[in-house]
Amino acid sequence: MVEVLSQTSDRSAEFETQDLLLNVGPQHPSTHGVFRMVMTVDGEVVRDVIPYIGYLHRGAEKLCETMDFRQGIGFMDRTEYLAAFNAELSYVMAVEALADLEVPERAQWIRMILSELNRLSSHFMFLGAFGVDTGVFGTPFIYAWREREALIDLFEEVSGDRMMYAYFRPGGVAWDVPVNFVDRVKEVLISSAQGIDDFDSLLSENEIFLARTQGVGSISAERAIALGMSGPSLRASGVDMDIRRDEPYLKYDQVEWDVITGEHGDVFDRYYCRVLEMRESIKIISQCLDRLAPGPILPEKMPRMLRTPPGEVYLRTEAPRGEYGVYMVSKGGNRPYRCKVRSSCLSNLQALHELTVGEYVADAIIILGSIDIVLSEVDR
Amino acid sequence: MRGIAKSMARTFAVFLRKPVTRDYPSYHKPIPERDRAFPLLLWDEDIHEPFCTGCHACERACPVECMTVLMKDNPNHKTLDGTSSRRKIIDKFWIDYARCMRCNICVEVCNFDAIAMNNTWEGHETSVYDRQDLVMDLQQLLSQSRTGNINEWVPVLGQTNETISEADAEDSEVSN
Ligand code: SF4
Ligand code: SF4
Repeated sequence: MVEVLSQTSDRSAEFETQDLLLNVGPQHPSTHGVFRMVMTVDGEVVRDVIPYIGYLHRGAEKLCETMDFRQGIGFMDRTEYLAAFNAELSYVMAVEALADLEVPERAQWIRMILSELNRLSSHFMFLGAFGVDTGVFGTPFIYAWREREALIDLFEEVSGDRMMYAYFRPGGVAWDVPVNFVDRVKEVLISSAQGIDDFDSLLSENEIFLARTQGVGSISAERAIALGMSGPSLRASGVDMDIRRDEPYLKYDQVEWDVITGEHGDVFDRYYCRVLEMRESIKIISQCLDRLAPGPILPEKMPRMLRTPPGEVYLRTEAPRGEYGVYMVSKGGNRPYRCKVRSSCLSNLQALHELTVGEYVADAIIILGSIDIVLSEVDR
Repeated sequence: MRGIAKSMARTFAVFLRKPVTRDYPSYHKPIPERDRAFPLLLWDEDIHEPFCTGCHACERACPVECMTVLMKDNPNHKTLDGTSSRRKIIDKFWIDYARCMRCNICVEVCNFDAIAMNNTWEGHETSVYDRQDLVMDLQQLLSQSRTGNINEWVPVLGQTNETISEADAEDSEVSN
């Protein structure tokens, strides 16, 4: 990279050159949503990048203030449509912490299975889209959608909806999983494991893919922490941090699994961390399935309208893209006084400038793809 | 080169696998029983009137305020020489399908099991050219249930598989 920079500066001493302002988005397929970035390019090298967000802002946080705790769940789904179970999880757990509700065992295991499955489906989505970003058009995308479809069919059988589940409730889950749930999950896990193998042999050792991704968009562990990155994007830089292990919620302290970390913090590590993380998710789910015992799924004395005592709480969980936190203030009554979402995507996006400046224009797209943003979560 | 050869081999192996795609118009994917599309009103076959009493509970609980409910005195009530035990009954009912976010809350709050999420919707039946046509009135909301098209699954909050099978057992006892 340094070579290229010095070359261009040499040349600009000879010729009069001018920086070019390059606009990407808001309607650009590789921005994964409605996102706009304005890049200043000097030849092929990016000198500056300014992200513009807010095209998908729906005011979900403000809306939650006018909704009772059950009504808010639907809006939380929509803040993070690729991993709606994880978004719901943070919200309902924040409400439970405020209202001091005890969640029955079975509901906790169900929640854990579904949020890990949702992590799988979200990472499959990433793998497919990232393949397209790097220029492997078609094949990985279709492989990913094949696996994601199986997962989404399962979610539909459980909750009734394919994306906006509205299935977790303060205190537990809305209704029980279908009778054949365990067998269905096992089926889906086999096909997902196969899908991960497909990706692994398709991309992880492919020389063209490696040439494209290794050493591009690196970030050091210190800078990644300073910029507030979280999730796989942070772990790829070698930071051993996972909320599921460090502050166990649900039943994560009762299952065996490893936290995956990378070394270089480049685009390839961010990709590979996710691939390995999916295998860990499969491990977690198989252990959860063995522990799933019959029992109640909501506390016995659940009021029809949940009211909480005054108080405030910040609750964070490990969503597929990183730390998804909900800060909730209650002044008593049946609705939050303030509900603020700490979105992992927005924080990860802060690193875009540092990752992109000094790289080629063509790599800007894969860098953006590698931090895996969901614009609905950035803008809320 | 080894990596590229490996990925080509994998692509070829996947190519030989059984395809997961289906020929759509000739094959329709079975819809799961719990599928939640849009809310519909249910029809009481025994006394030929809707279950809904127009109690406004769903209207108040709907997060996006897409329902409008108007009630009237039931002309078919017992005191008026009718057969129904419902004193009040639904007069007019609108649900704006364009605004509904399919959250299932209206079904959960209804005390009369009068409303259910449509689980026969394949995604194209309500296609319209004008958004106004997505505001469904009482007749449209009841039509599926009246013709027996909907095999409703009315979820009860907190229902476990054990209680479901108990209820099934009771049902079969009654029918025996
Ligand atoms: S559908 Fe149920 S809750 Fe809604 S008005 Fe009718 S009876 Fe009341
Ligand atoms: S499903 Fe939700 S949004 Fe739709 S009508 Fe019922 S309560 Fe309203």
